[in-house]
Amino acid sequence: MTERHTLALLLENTAGSLSRVAGLFSARAYNIESLSVAPTEDPTISRMTVVTSGSPQIIDQIVKQLNKLIDVIVLVDLSDGLRVERELLLVKMRHDNDLEKDKILKAVGKLEGALLDTTEGVSTAEITGSSAQLDEFVRLVDSSILELARSGTLGLQLGPKSLNSK
Amino acid sequence: MDKQLRGAEIFVKALSDEGVEFLFGYPGGAVLHIYDEIFKQDKVKHILVRHEQGATHAADGYARACGRPGVVLVTSGPGATNAVTGIATAYMDSIPMVVFTGQVSTALIGNDAFQEVDCVGITRPCVKHNFLVQRVEDLAETIKKAFYVASTGRPGPVVVDLPKDVTAAVTSYSYPKTVTMRSYKPPVDGDPEQIHRACDLLLSAKKPMIYSGGGAVIGNASEELTKFARLLGYPVTQTLMGLGAYPGSDPQFVGMLGMHGTYEANMAMHHCDVLISIGARFDDRVTGDLEKFCPEAKIIHIDIDPASISKNVYVDVPIVGGVRSVLRELNQAIESSGRAPVDRATNLWWAQIKEWASLKCLDYDKTSKLIKPQSVIEALHKVTDGDAYITSDVGQHQMWAAQYYTFDKPRRWINSGGLGTMGFGLPAAIGVQLAFPDSVVACVTGEASFQMCIQELSTCLQYNLPIKVVSLNNRYMGMVRQWQEFFYESRYSNSYMDALPDFVKLAESYGHIGMRIDQPGDVVGALEEAFGLRDRLVVMDFITDQTENVYPMIAAGKGQHEMHLATDDRELA
Repeated sequence: MTERHTLALLLENTAGSLSRVAGLFSARAYNIESLSVAPTEDPTISRMTVVTSGSPQIIDQIVKQLNKLIDVIVLVDLSDGLRVERELLLVKMRHDNDLEKDKILKAVGKLEGALLDTTEGVSTAEITGSSAQLDEFVRLVDSSILELARSGTLGLQLGPKSLNSK
Repeated sequence: MDKQLRGAEIFVKALSDEGVEFLFGYPGGAVLHIYDEIFKQDKVKHILVRHEQGATHAADGYARACGRPGVVLVTSGPGATNAVTGIATAYMDSIPMVVFTGQVSTALIGNDAFQEVDCVGITRPCVKHNFLVQRVEDLAETIKKAFYVASTGRPGPVVVDLPKDVTAAVTSYSYPKTVTMRSYKPPVDGDPEQIHRACDLLLSAKKPMIYSGGGAVIGNASEELTKFARLLGYPVTQTLMGLGAYPGSDPQFVGMLGMHGTYEANMAMHHCDVLISIGARFDDRVTGDLEKFCPEAKIIHIDIDPASISKNVYVDVPIVGGVRSVLRELNQAIESSGRAPVDRATNLWWAQIKEWASLKCLDYDKTSKLIKPQSVIEALHKVTDGDAYITSDVGQHQMWAAQYYTFDKPRRWINSGGLGTMGFGLPAAIGVQLAFPDSVVACVTGEASFQMCIQELSTCLQYNLPIKVVSLNNRYMGMVRQWQEFFYESRYSNSYMDALPDFVKLAESYGHIGMRIDQPGDVVGALEEAFGLRDRLVVMDFITDQTENVYPMIAAGKGQHEMHLATDDRELA
């Protein structure tokens, strides 16, 4: 039985830390659905969100193996509790007539996205939502898409808990 | 202002302050500043090997024998890549080691400079951790961190990549006494609640089994393990890596388990109702087919590495902690419980085990006109009073050494269990002999493995290391031949060692003594003569029965109860 888990990590912001995580996933043949990483308010620490999938036993191993990496300071499996998960989508869509444009605007509006630019029959939009919502959006406008970029999922626990206090 | 030192001076001082005795290495362009400083001092003794793989295996052997981290220095590029096999070997067996690799100057990194490789990248999957030192100011602290990480928790090799300009730059020096890392906190003590659960389960067992591994050796838990087994009176089996932590000659020891373990150990594993794994990781060579592994057992697992628990086999009572401290707690819990094991039940269990043991699965033909390799190991045990440090290479001879040299003490059996690295034995013996100059050190090898790092005979001469090389020469890559016989209808594809050198002359040309023994009646005498030469290295070339196989055997993919025995070579199930 395959489960999807979102893992949040704080890790040392050193040159090799990203490749240690990526290397672990490829060496042990674990899945990465998405991975995003950026420095935190403390520039010596990066925060990473990994969305992965596997059997409960594999997820258990992924968590343990990540914890074993010397650069990993703290790891929380966000799927264990209440959380917020968001992903950003930047997308460029072609519309050859008003009907097509309307369809695109409707889809963007449905997810409370923002239209950033329209030039020569091409509109660029930004949309934030859960991965599933973004998947749904992509499906709706699929035939119009010229190009898209997705950030990968970001996540935080809800409530007073934080990775910093763990 | 503090005295300013060059990076190379800091390096040597830091090793000295860390208490490093030996530095196994080989010079080259990127580490010349360091070698110049090594020349100027005599605190850290440099051991010049003949190939960087030899340096890593020697440092590894040193660490396995004495418990202190082995230390290596090699140059950039090919120096580093040659060291990789030895680093991976140490990684698989959790051996503490710190490997310093030279690197091109920071300004050249990434430019495909002469003798440049991405050492941090290449070694990443086979180290516990690695560092690239980019500023001389970070050097001393990084060295301290490297030793700390390598030798604590589940030990392992740590690589420190040193760009040449960092070894030339200057700064003030002070070696930190301790170091803390916010991202690294190795566990020590087990959870008391889990320990009590384990205690209850153990005391209620009817068919218990103690399965101990390399963690009991590395974790220095021999005394605690012995006490634990004696308190309970339960049967003990050990993995290839665990041999010696519990005395091999003790009646509670039922032999090694796994692919070439004893019939009684594997059958007892298969039928047990409570299994306690102590610093062992349920390797595929131990478990055989996981579907058939210990079908009736509740499993307790003590390990310092949480990732080893429930990795291959689901564990009912996981205990994360150092085996020594957990066993101490467990022993205390058993003693203070006032309960004793279920006597009648375990008597029945022992009777069953003795019945399995009565098959005498390690018997072999003692009337052969050819030298039986097993007999050489038994004679070796006799001649060395069972008290030698035995290193080995990889293959049939390794299994025979494990089966027939009864190890009564930990750290006496030095072999590459996880990675299975041919060429390990001789350089590892160098490290062991340096750690214990007055002890008897023998390298059990075969003519194939021996040739993989044979150049280190030269190192042995340079440092007067009186290692005894016991080569079981069957003119085949024996284990490959055995598998080809069993599973490839005896098509011996490339497993035949054609054009062998004259090992006697070869030993002599390296300045040592060579002996060739081809009669069974000469085995003991030859060993006595060789081990009598206390200050000389002797290469003993035993011409053994080419057709001998390692038995018993569980074929890959079979269950532990499905063993082949030598006596009838048929499946017992």
